[in-house]
Amino acid sequence: MSPELLNVLEVMLNGLLAGVMYSLVALGFVLIYKASGIFNYAQGVMALFAALTLVGFQTGQIPFAHVINTMFGTHVETWGPGVPTFLAIILTIGVMVLFAYLVERVVLKHMVNQAPIILFMTTIGLAYFMEGFGDLMWGADIKTMDVGLPSGASTWFETTTASWAAEGSNYPGMYVDMLDVSAAGIAILLVVVLTLFSQYTKTGRALRAVADDHQAALTVGISLRTIWVIVWSIAGCVALVAGIMWGAKSGVQFSLSLIALKALPVLILGGFTSIPGAIVGGLIIGVGEKLFEYSIGGMLGGATENWFAYGLALFFLMFRPQGLFGERIIERV
Amino acid sequence: MLYRESGDFKTSYSADQQTFPIRLDRHMVYGILAFAFLVVPFLINDYWEKSVLLPFLVWAMAALGLNILTGFCGQVSLGTGGFMAVGAYACYKLMVAFPWLNMFVVVILAGLITAMVGVLFGLPSLRIKGFYLAVATLASQFFLIWLFNKVPWFYNYSASGMIAAPERTLLGIPVTGAEAPPWMTYLFCLTLVTVFAFIAHNLVRGRIGRSWMAIRDMDIAAEIIGVPPLKAKLSAFAVSSFYIGMSGAMMFALYLGSAEPSDSFGIAKSFLVLFMIIIGGLGSILGSFLGAAFLTLLPVLLKNIMVGGFGWPPDLAAHLELLLIGALIMFFLIVEPHGLAQLWRVTKERLRLWPFPH
Amino acid sequence: MAEPTQDGRKIGGTLLEVKNITLSFGGVKALTDISFDIKEGEIRAIIGPNGAGKSSMLNVISGFYHPQQGEVWFRGQKRASMRPYEVARQGIARTFQNIALFKGMSTLDNLMTGRITHMHKNLFWQAIWKGPAEREEIAHRERVEHIIDFLGIQAIRKTPVGRLPYGLQKRVELGRALAAEAKLLLLDEPMAGMNLEEKEDMCRFILDVNDEFGTTIALIEHDMGVVMDLSDRVVVLDYGKKLADGTPNEVRNDPAVIEAYLGVGH
Repeated sequence: MSPELLNVLEVMLNGLLAGVMYSLVALGFVLIYKASGIFNYAQGVMALFAALTLVGFQTGQIPFAHVINTMFGTHVETWGPGVPTFLAIILTIGVMVLFAYLVERVVLKHMVNQAPIILFMTTIGLAYFMEGFGDLMWGADIKTMDVGLPSGASTWFETTTASWAAEGSNYPGMYVDMLDVSAAGIAILLVVVLTLFSQYTKTGRALRAVADDHQAALTVGISLRTIWVIVWSIAGCVALVAGIMWGAKSGVQFSLSLIALKALPVLILGGFTSIPGAIVGGLIIGVGEKLFEYSIGGMLGGATENWFAYGLALFFLMFRPQGLFGERIIERV
Repeated sequence: MLYRESGDFKTSYSADQQTFPIRLDRHMVYGILAFAFLVVPFLINDYWEKSVLLPFLVWAMAALGLNILTGFCGQVSLGTGGFMAVGAYACYKLMVAFPWLNMFVVVILAGLITAMVGVLFGLPSLRIKGFYLAVATLASQFFLIWLFNKVPWFYNYSASGMIAAPERTLLGIPVTGAEAPPWMTYLFCLTLVTVFAFIAHNLVRGRIGRSWMAIRDMDIAAEIIGVPPLKAKLSAFAVSSFYIGMSGAMMFALYLGSAEPSDSFGIAKSFLVLFMIIIGGLGSILGSFLGAAFLTLLPVLLKNIMVGGFGWPPDLAAHLELLLIGALIMFFLIVEPHGLAQLWRVTKERLRLWPFPH
Repeated sequence: MAEPTQDGRKIGGTLLEVKNITLSFGGVKALTDISFDIKEGEIRAIIGPNGAGKSSMLNVISGFYHPQQGEVWFRGQKRASMRPYEVARQGIARTFQNIALFKGMSTLDNLMTGRITHMHKNLFWQAIWKGPAEREEIAHRERVEHIIDFLGIQAIRKTPVGRLPYGLQKRVELGRALAAEAKLLLLDEPMAGMNLEEKEDMCRFILDVNDEFGTTIALIEHDMGVVMDLSDRVVVLDYGKKLADGTPNEVRNDPAVIEAYLGVGH
């Protein structure tokens, strides 16, 4: 194979792996949207918050240390050496469940029967709130995330692919970050678990019933509020996974919350209600934007990733307004 | 009993559909306008100009624009920042290309250019609805910001990539640039905002406004009874972008003096304006002003209390501000999804009876 | 030629004619080869069991559905495929089965929206307001006030329609359709869910509209008493097919209709 072709392949491979990350965030959106009809803009901030909390537990940070120090003139930072990663993850999941419970209690309970757009804007408010809250609680400085996942280039893959190139072409081999590969693995695992959960458990069946029709679900005795807490908890866990992956890659910082913006075109492409849609959409966007930047982006001055996904999604929408996997809309009067 | 409309009879349809049908309202508005035009210019100083009055006027203009699109026509847009940038850059290019052009004309032309761009990005709204459209408008936000960053023609190849407003005068007094006196920039913006607030009211109370609201409330029924959706939606996009473009031009030329796409007109600004119209009241002209006032004054107030009063570090105050704004938005949406304007209406109802319970 | 009916109204020539309409949604046939006509000045009822395709028929006439086959002739001309708002411009107004009022607007504004096909002042004049736009507004306001008087809804003129009870909402919706001053008025179950008194009021309005303004009316209704009393001619649909067409008496005695409504072998 020629080095050019291999280059394109490498770009596509990296696009796929980036796409997995997008899918992971989009998945959280789809879960909540299906179960409650809420387009949860705060999903990105939830990922940031989960990552911050995880790091906080790992390093033994005292919550609100910054605030306490300012108000009382003390100099507290940590309460100890921190807890092991595994325990920290469990604790963080606990925090996310508590968060889901509070969101239901304080916000969602009052928002029944509101227009979808009002609910959407509420979650934007929630996103702002959590961002401020997370910063106050754990500090706004950039933190490094280390949960023991492999990272760095895979030398095995590099040498293997180098041998595919034609003799004497001096092709250095493909670069693949091990972190991306493990992220892809975890994402696949997550989807499998979620599918099994929704197909084969009682709660899963209730979830699907609620997604189908709120009113009907209520009449057969499913508690909408419990379901919401469960769904938001699951979305919180998905956010944690996404937060760990993105955090390990580029540090835990504010920009993490912006991955929500990356997930939106994925949703448009895949449809808001389809889990396979979210995954395929993420992969298409990941590959598409990397290829576009590689082939045409340079001529346009680069950094086309900022908008390419949106352009692509918009293009698709013009032909299929309900997304690739969304149900067809039949308008009635 | 404080607030009454009894005895305020209308004898013609024209009197019945005037801008402020209730006499007390009318007098109050005239009073406020007289104060704003005749008294404030003598009291204003740099601090009030730059931290309170100009931002309020600029954001009020943007909120008016977005409210026309989202509040009246029901098309949610997250591209406000991008359209403000179009206004700002159009304003800059016009100021540089035609130095003799009157500043009012420049700002209005910048608005018109933005209106054209708005129509272009509004085209998808014919096929896409709801969330899908909201996300699609994000495309315009990101694309426009990217465009102004990457194409040097827009910022006249300046080394910093920033645009800075050159000095222009109005009646011999500088209105832009560092030398412009606060009262001049203030009066300039106030005039524009006042005139265009009345125009916005005229638009929403007539045929065009009703076709927007019909599309918002039930688009299919609206089309069947004779509202052309294409015209209604695109005119809403055009008018809305026109206002937002003017607000961007004012922001750049009069308020900031210089601008840079990502910081001055980023996605955060789109959300800010959206919050203003939610808190102020969707589908209300008054609400646009209340929302703009609220979200301009709140940070100033918080900063003065926390940084000035308690001596906290600014970053802590900034985080607390985020938290408070988020909480307030949720609070408003839970308690009163129709915003401050609705609260004001309810208060008026109460005042009408006060001090009696019924 | 206009021929007077028993009560002295004038029934004229054909106003609208549908020819061999076939409409399907991805394999499901909603309408099969339907043809009938509506004469100027008459009250035409479309009846049939649930799912017979009555509302689909109205949707075809108002241009919301585009049939796969067949033609619609309006005022002697074959209608090209057009968008619903263009149909409205031609002079066809309608009400909806599930009330489709503009909930955020007042009664007055809803009725004024009904006149939208008659208002033409452009954006510029609207922005200035004083002058042409205001004059136009007032002229149309006067016509709308006539309808408000006719329907007896003066007291709720400025009430947001979302707050009105069901019966009044139905009345406002009729008002909105009347405001269009259309040649043909399509009413989709105007009396559904009403009590006896409200039904009687609504019947009176329909007869008065037809009588005073000479408006042609096509209506869908389930209350057979109402249909038989009000309408000049009835078309019966079942499973998307036309069962019968004729005066109320003819239809009442049609064996196919009796079979569809009452079952076989009685």
